Amino acid sequence: MSVAQDIPHVTTAREMGVVGCLRCTQVWPVGTETCGRCGKALVSRDRKSLQRVWAWWIVGFLCYIPANMYPMLQTRTLFQVQQDTIVGGAIELMTHDAVGIALIILFASVVIPLGKFFAVAYLAISVKRRNSASFQQRQMLYEVVEYIGRWSMIDIFVVAIMSSLVQLNTLASINPGPASLFFALSVIFTMLSAQSFDSRMIWDVQSDAAGED
Amino acid sequence: MDHRLPPQPVTDLIVCPHCDAAYRLQRPTHGERAVCVRCHTVLISPRAKAGLQIIAVSIAIVVLVIAATVFPFLTIKAAGNTNSVSILDAALAFSDGPLIALALSTAALIIFIPLLRVLLALYVLIPVVLDRMPAKGARQAFRLAEALRPWSMAEIFAIGCAVALIKLTDLADVTFGPAFWIFAILVVLVVAQDRFMCRWTVWKSLDGLRK
Ligand SMILES: [Zn+2]
Ligand SMILES: [Zn+2]
Repeated sequence: MSVAQDIPHVTTAREMGVVGCLRCTQVWPVGTETCGRCGKALVSRDRKSLQRVWAWWIVGFLCYIPANMYPMLQTRTLFQVQQDTIVGGAIELMTHDAVGIALIILFASVVIPLGKFFAVAYLAISVKRRNSASFQQRQMLYEVVEYIGRWSMIDIFVVAIMSSLVQLNTLASINPGPASLFFALSVIFTMLSAQSFDSRMIWDVQSDAAGED
Repeated sequence: MDHRLPPQPVTDLIVCPHCDAAYRLQRPTHGERAVCVRCHTVLISPRAKAGLQIIAVSIAIVVLVIAATVFPFLTIKAAGNTNSVSILDAALAFSDGPLIALALSTAALIIFIPLLRVLLALYVLIPVVLDRMPAKGARQAFRLAEALRPWSMAEIFAIGCAVALIKLTDLADVTFGPAFWIFAILVVLVVAQDRFMCRWTVWKSLDGLRK
């Protein structure tokens, strides 16, 4: 395999007949059921992990739809009451010449969540196929998804800060809309989806391919 | 023969939790790091006096969290109206109807989970640093602290404040209260506390205790 050339070949724990604990990294002979140090269940490859990944993925995606349809914020000023969805609010900001903030919001609430759905789905599908996409790139993608997933929560915090702060009697008030709940759930479920993924499976094709040589 | 004899751990190997690569275990000296050659995951990164540093930072975090929750955080002024809020007020903004669940989880994500993780770390590390037997239930405590790691979102809340401020600048005058600055220091400390800690070393030090 051409892609695998620049990656040092290593012996995996599975080839050596041992299994490493994913939580505390203690190594045990294969067949040990739970880690004697931290109590985590030991599996050499978590085949069921993909089912959990997809289950959380689907619930997360189902929550993301109402998160975009219902209003995220309700702004009441002296003259009007305005309800903004995530995208609607960003467009509104653009028309008020706040393009920079609008882009930040679109990036955090639309690009990152959608990118996460695509990335997790791609990773889950890629381990089923013998595709030759770079292992290191996929591992990096997985780490980026795990790291960045939490940051989507920023939108919920912005809503929380604004709606507690802007309570100025008759002048203006901001209140959270139902989309905030769905958005938060969607972020939580996609985090769980990414956490369920057993990244060791990404590397199996390399180990398998090298084993056949 | 007793076939229920507990399996013995393999102590001369270390396995990368991300890609399953197995290596002969060589403990790096202080300041060195053991990194997986295949996926570049840091496996071991011991630091000299890390235990004491983590304990000092952790105690500072506990004090600051309490201070940051009590003092006013942000103050808004517009046309004679003033409103000051604390971090708890912000977390509890979602308090009507079904949004109460969101209020509680926001409070947990930005205050209680970071605080709990620090307290658990103190509970686990203090006996280890003092060369005592690990505390009762230390493994369960450290396990919980590790499981909560992704759910500790103080630093995300801090950036959220910045975004909220920018969004509100046309609408009103927003000023920082003392808690804002306390919180800013807190975020740096929480990240530092997490970086100092070498998980492998902590688990290794808990080995002395058998259930
Ligand atoms: Zn373990
Ligand atoms: Zn690795």
